[in-house]
Amino acid sequence: MATSSRKRQPVTTPIQWLTLLVVALFVIVPFYTTALGGFKEIGELRVNPFGLPASWDPIRFVEIMGGPRYFASLWNSLLIAGGTVLLSTLVASMTAFALAHIKFFGSKFILGYLMLGLLFPSATGILPLFIKMRDLGMLDSHWGIIVVQVAFSVSFSVLLFHNFFKELPKELIDAARMDNCGYIKIFWYITLPLSLPIIATVGVFNFVGSWNSFLLPLIVLNSEDKYTWPLGIMQFKGQFGSDWPRILAFLTLSIMPAIAFFLLAQRYIISGLTGGAVKG
Amino acid sequence: MASLATSIDLGATAGSRKRRFIERNSLPALLLFLPPALILFTLFVVLPMVDAATFSFFDWNGYGPITDFVGFENYADVLTHRNFGTAVRNSLIVVVVSLVVQLPLAMWCAIALAERGVHINVLRTLFFLPFMLAEVAAGLIWNFVYDGNYGLLPAIGDAIGVDMPFVLGDKFWVIPAIMLVITWKYFGFHMMIFIAGLQSIPSEVIEAARLDGVKRWQIVRHIKIPMIRSAIVISVFFAITGALQLFDLIIPLSNGGPSHSSHTIVTFLYQFGILRMKLGFGGAISVILFIACVIVALAYRRILFKVEQN
Repeated sequence: MATSSRKRQPVTTPIQWLTLLVVALFVIVPFYTTALGGFKEIGELRVNPFGLPASWDPIRFVEIMGGPRYFASLWNSLLIAGGTVLLSTLVASMTAFALAHIKFFGSKFILGYLMLGLLFPSATGILPLFIKMRDLGMLDSHWGIIVVQVAFSVSFSVLLFHNFFKELPKELIDAARMDNCGYIKIFWYITLPLSLPIIATVGVFNFVGSWNSFLLPLIVLNSEDKYTWPLGIMQFKGQFGSDWPRILAFLTLSIMPAIAFFLLAQRYIISGLTGGAVKG
Repeated sequence: MASLATSIDLGATAGSRKRRFIERNSLPALLLFLPPALILFTLFVVLPMVDAATFSFFDWNGYGPITDFVGFENYADVLTHRNFGTAVRNSLIVVVVSLVVQLPLAMWCAIALAERGVHINVLRTLFFLPFMLAEVAAGLIWNFVYDGNYGLLPAIGDAIGVDMPFVLGDKFWVIPAIMLVITWKYFGFHMMIFIAGLQSIPSEVIEAARLDGVKRWQIVRHIKIPMIRSAIVISVFFAITGALQLFDLIIPLSNGGPSHSSHTIVTFLYQFGILRMKLGFGGAISVILFIACVIVALAYRRILFKVEQN
């Protein structure tokens, strides 16, 4: 083969291409059949699994979008994710700023304390958390989910912000201190405007986490009109059992916004993952 | 954990009394910036863990005063529960399959996709897509793929003349079926971590090896993989903690069935602790899970330390 070419080896060998192709099929096929399944009749699914549907009648999609559940549950998820992102960005960036730039007794200790959250899964405390939320009157409310999700996201968000703030030129802050500028003003007028890339990363990250979350809303929410989309889709599945074309249409409509968002924002997601993971 | 929470308070008061321990004029900023995160984190992350430990020694249904002290009875109940062993076994299977199937697959793809190129970017995005998908949606998609009447698997079976079982209703096949979904969902995540690691290797190192006539696979084996050891350690850590908290994907796929054969530790906690409001029992599961996570984290720190020393 061309492995001994003087200047440059070919980037990928045929074997690699072949396996990549197989893996690509493995990834695509479930998406592909889901997207087409919404157009097929139930009997068609078994006899014509990979082919195009006999008709492109969008009746199920129209029905779902006209129904009460679809947009309402997406809107609920959007509200919760938006609130979580706003609040967690503010809370985590303030804390990370104080820990990165203000010298005080115990700052290392506080950072270590907050990083404990990275060690164990939030699911472990879910039952006592439910009791606590009940006692505080936070059940069946969107703000209750937002507040708890912000608490869950603190560790990782502070870590990302802290890493970023540490890299900012120290002279900027020292100069502002010389001019008798307080830390609150420095944070708001100097640090935050310089931190848009990390704000985007943390924001996108927490948005996706909140958008996809299932266990917490499942435990907290009771009223159907407050359901987020993962709860809505599970309920839809429960109601329509094995009416797969209808469920697949609902699935397609539910994941399309997320896929579109992912294609636009994947740069930030990946930098969050690798920035937090490879460095931390 | 309780001692940690109190020592935080001590630290804060001691700090404000002795002014020389803080920078001048920084008190207002500290008082504004630190409490929100500390209060939220303590109240909703740390205290629930402390409560779980407390509850685990009582028999309590969530209402009225907590008085019924039962010692270690809840732990005994959990450990002898006939489905707990299955849940632990399943979680361990997830760990093992992640390590021997998912990570090598991710590494294989990462090595091919760490280069530059348009088609490479498309494949990277495609492979990462399942990771971004909500677990619930992924679970339902695969629930359809596996559906014994209308799904993709029996359709493929028809095509090749094999009678496919209802995999999600079969005590044996349900676990391999879930493993396939886990691989599908998460290998792209590990691939991305590996790609980031591979891209941080200085290109001169690879170039020099090439000029010396080192073969492609020797470069992978003796240069690339050793140089991204820390990325691998991180990947392993995420694979293990992810396996320990697997929940969202199981519910839409098998819901722990058939006859409780596909529970993980967290679905077991949900099924037998949360749904039945048995707080003592659930607390004991939480504590066991917490201890498992701490052990993993400590082992991880040791390994990471060794890796960094080399």
